Amino acid sequence: MNTSVAEEETRASGPGFDSAPVPHVSKWGRESWSRRAPLLPALVLLILVTQLPFVATLVMSFMSWSAQPDAPPKSFAGVDNYKQVFTTSSYRKAVFTSVEMTVTIVVVSAALGLIIALLLNHKFPGRGVVRTMMIAPFLIVPIAAAVFWGNGVLQTGFGLVDGLLGNLGVDNAQNISFITDHPKLSIELELIWQWTPFMMLILLAGLQSRDPEVMEAATIDGAGGWQTFRYITMPHVRRYLELSIVLGTIFIVQNFDSILGMTGGLNSTNIPYAVYEVFYSAKDYGVASALGVVVVIGSIIVATFGLRVVSSLLSEEEAR
Amino acid sequence: MTRRSTTSRIAIAVAAVASLVLTGCGAGSSGSSSHSITVLMVNNPQMLELQKLTAANFTKDTGIKVHFVVKVEQDMRDTASTEFANQSGQYDVATLSNFEIPYYAKAGWISDMESIAKSSSFDQSDILPSMTEALTEGGKVYGEPFYGESSFLMYRKDVFQKLGITVPADPTWDQVAQWAAKADGASPGMKGICLRGLAGWGDNLAPLTTVVNTFGGTWFDDSWKAQVDTDGFKTAANFYVDLLHKHGEAGAATFSFPQCLSALQQGKTAMWYDSTAAAGSLEAADSPVKGKIGYVSAPHDKTAQSGWLYTWAWAIEKASKHQSDAKKFVSWASSKDYEQLVAKDTKNSTGGPTNVPAGKRASTYSDPTYLKVASAFAQPTLNSIKNAPAADPGVQKRPYSGIQFVGIPSFTDFGTSCAKLISSAIAGSQSTDSALGACQKLAQAAGDKQK
Amino acid sequence: MSSAELTTNVAEASTPRRMQDIPSPSPQSGRRWSTAAIGISAWVIGFVFIVPILYMLLTSLHPPAKAQTYPPSWTAPLTLDNYRALFDSSNSISPSLINSAICSIVSTLLVLALAIPAAYALSIRRVPKWSDAMFFFLSTRMLPPVAGILPIYLFTNKVIHLPDNIFVLIVLYTSMNLPIAVWMMRSFLAEVPTAIIEAAQIDGASTFTILTRIVGPIAIPGVAATSLICFIFAWNEQLFAKVLTSVVAQTGPVYVGTLIQTEHAYLAQLSAGAVLISVPVLVAGFAAQDKLVQGLSLGAVK
Repeated sequence: MNTSVAEEETRASGPGFDSAPVPHVSKWGRESWSRRAPLLPALVLLILVTQLPFVATLVMSFMSWSAQPDAPPKSFAGVDNYKQVFTTSSYRKAVFTSVEMTVTIVVVSAALGLIIALLLNHKFPGRGVVRTMMIAPFLIVPIAAAVFWGNGVLQTGFGLVDGLLGNLGVDNAQNISFITDHPKLSIELELIWQWTPFMMLILLAGLQSRDPEVMEAATIDGAGGWQTFRYITMPHVRRYLELSIVLGTIFIVQNFDSILGMTGGLNSTNIPYAVYEVFYSAKDYGVASALGVVVVIGSIIVATFGLRVVSSLLSEEEAR
Repeated sequence: MTRRSTTSRIAIAVAAVASLVLTGCGAGSSGSSSHSITVLMVNNPQMLELQKLTAANFTKDTGIKVHFVVKVEQDMRDTASTEFANQSGQYDVATLSNFEIPYYAKAGWISDMESIAKSSSFDQSDILPSMTEALTEGGKVYGEPFYGESSFLMYRKDVFQKLGITVPADPTWDQVAQWAAKADGASPGMKGICLRGLAGWGDNLAPLTTVVNTFGGTWFDDSWKAQVDTDGFKTAANFYVDLLHKHGEAGAATFSFPQCLSALQQGKTAMWYDSTAAAGSLEAADSPVKGKIGYVSAPHDKTAQSGWLYTWAWAIEKASKHQSDAKKFVSWASSKDYEQLVAKDTKNSTGGPTNVPAGKRASTYSDPTYLKVASAFAQPTLNSIKNAPAADPGVQKRPYSGIQFVGIPSFTDFGTSCAKLISSAIAGSQSTDSALGACQKLAQAAGDKQK
Repeated sequence: MSSAELTTNVAEASTPRRMQDIPSPSPQSGRRWSTAAIGISAWVIGFVFIVPILYMLLTSLHPPAKAQTYPPSWTAPLTLDNYRALFDSSNSISPSLINSAICSIVSTLLVLALAIPAAYALSIRRVPKWSDAMFFFLSTRMLPPVAGILPIYLFTNKVIHLPDNIFVLIVLYTSMNLPIAVWMMRSFLAEVPTAIIEAAQIDGASTFTILTRIVGPIAIPGVAATSLICFIFAWNEQLFAKVLTSVVAQTGPVYVGTLIQTEHAYLAQLSAGAVLISVPVLVAGFAAQDKLVQGLSLGAVK
């Protein structure tokens, strides 16, 4: 499944790749094998641990297989599991939730990350301290962050937010319940908090890799803040922005810990959480597998898109 | 930053991590002796107390080391069912309820406990008959109760006195709704009633289903036709959700037993309808509402009794390689002696006389030392458990067993989905009727498989 | 975006050709004001981001009954009891921390052992179709782990009978981090000047010399960044650990999940657990901030 993506990408990626200095070697010659050998252990492990389970998932997705105590024995089910996946509204909802949450989190944290990176790109007293403070949320273990946000920050009544609002004199603040009233927003807030630092770090590194002479020239030429940003900073930062968005998306779309730790799926079940529930709670291994296969196909589509961006970065690097 | 300073920083980081790990090493290790068992438990206070008492008592006496895996209820159930279905022998003993034990036994996933039931030192005849019956399948006992519970209504006596309300021993839901309206706001931040709203068939569906039963509804009629969108169920669910909206706790969709317990203890609610097991914590020495709570039987409507019947019981996995050690553990944990041990343990907040794992043995309720501290709730608890209408919970014949649950395996599945729908109705993101409509379809699909 | 387009962008960025349109510079005083404004807003934003962590730390130092009140008991007396309770022998956190440390460190070492040769074969001594291999690696990381968890669960429990085994986690974490490590190491090794290596080879330098003198100085920062990222990701992983372990192999993140209790005041201890398991990552990340950036960008930022 994956190889096809890779191949397609290579074709799409332009001349950067072909410029790689690969000497002509006979396909199965000793030279070629001695080149390949260092690559093999890693490839073999990845195929065994990541590809084989998907093959198993694919097979199981065509079986009627439940681990409930009164379930009929395993049998071939044809496409029944897939029918169920596509006709069950909660799964469709999970797809929308996944897309909605990923897009919101990635866009907001990239925008915030850019703003903060621009601020941190200036010299001011305590810049190092602020940078360190900004990084901290990303370094909290995700499940720990999720359970603390669920139980300590946004918890009705006892949470930090209700408490602060109460201290500020908001009426009835102890009855504001973010997690039940706005479960998706709660998760989005927590993940934006965790991922803005990630975006900021990459973007800041991008900003700081600008040629200082160009900046100086712009200043001497009298470029205002906005012009410098629009015509010098943005074009330069753009590839870092793309990189941070692609990488952020890869991680955020797979988010499971926040949902488990904060809402337990209440009105906020995304695809990974739905698969987990069907497998672990409902024990319908057939449907869980079919859902898994659908997720994999969806990921491949998204990955193709993401890899295109990454590939352009790779070729860019190659051209250097 | 130069390369050298980075490297040294990394060295510092590695050293810090290493030292943390080493401090961890010193504090404890889990060596595996030949006599050791692994127990999967739900993280209720009674289980946490057991965890604290095991090493100094059970392990000391028998030499059997016990590893505990403690999880929140839903997670514990998921882990247990996955584990028992696959019989991989990872856990020897698990806390299961009277919901799972009958059909786990039928599926051959758990070992029978006849040898414990027949042992004179264990004294099975002391176990309340409703409990033994709920844990028996095909004439054999498959689980021993750790503690048992029914449901009842708890209310703040002081608040009700001030409001001039007298609570009869068997209130109706209509009365409860009126009192909730009166008590709402009786003191700043106090709501009328706390009810479970958290999604889970063992969370919000448990009290809701008892309301459904007594309002004349049922999940299925005698021919497995789902009745979720019919009158009895609809009236009950609307009543429950409306009561929460009007006079219930804010954020009700995240509230279950622990949150409501907290709310009642901190004066945020005047009433609470929940498990009889709550009384121990409410009357504990350090409880701020000790002595202020009244206990009466579960509110009813069309039926005479409506309390649920529930027990957390021990079950032993069939694939366990430590059957006899596991049985020793079960007979210790469910014994009279263990109850005494908890009563004497006054140094832990989960121990002490009010936290005895009660509700399973008749002898507990004739023990004068227990009655002395538990006088406020002992009798209402015992009555509720004895009177729980296990054989005939509603107004109609049903094809399934269980009061607050539907005793078929797929209930964990469609029950959980329905629980979420109800929870979102409680959270206000959809109407109760539309939640029930969706739930009806899920229930009917499950019912069709039973025909 | 095509590489041609990217090149244009870069060219555009390095040529200040629109400068003649730009109006006169802002006065000095305005600049000072803007510096102050930037500083203040940065401090405020930084503070907002750190507040939840400070509150977590504060809560972890409060007695349980004071940790869950409305309004928050800001000034409650501080205590280390919650941390002490985490090491209490009946349900100590330490075996979980040890497991997490073993999983993270061993899997990181394995990742390096596999990724460095692979990266070598993708950069210095390239295999044909090396870019296909690169994308294969990365695409495995894009697939959601949850889709493979069921077969992995059944395989470990029913086929090889290794439930609750730390070795299984190590293998999984190794393969989970391998794609990232290969990408990172490759991007570092790609900087090694092949011409110099060839020249050294002609001069008769030994492989050892080439590795230590030429490859080493470029590769070592890459190894450091890779290790840091792999360690963090392995340390943080929760889903596999939760489904595949119970007692012996339980890891820190799973342990923290068990601190949500039905006793009413669990928040203080939960916070202490959350702080404790985050400390290694915080320390490592703070100490090596630049390595963190290199790692997170898969080596694209150096």
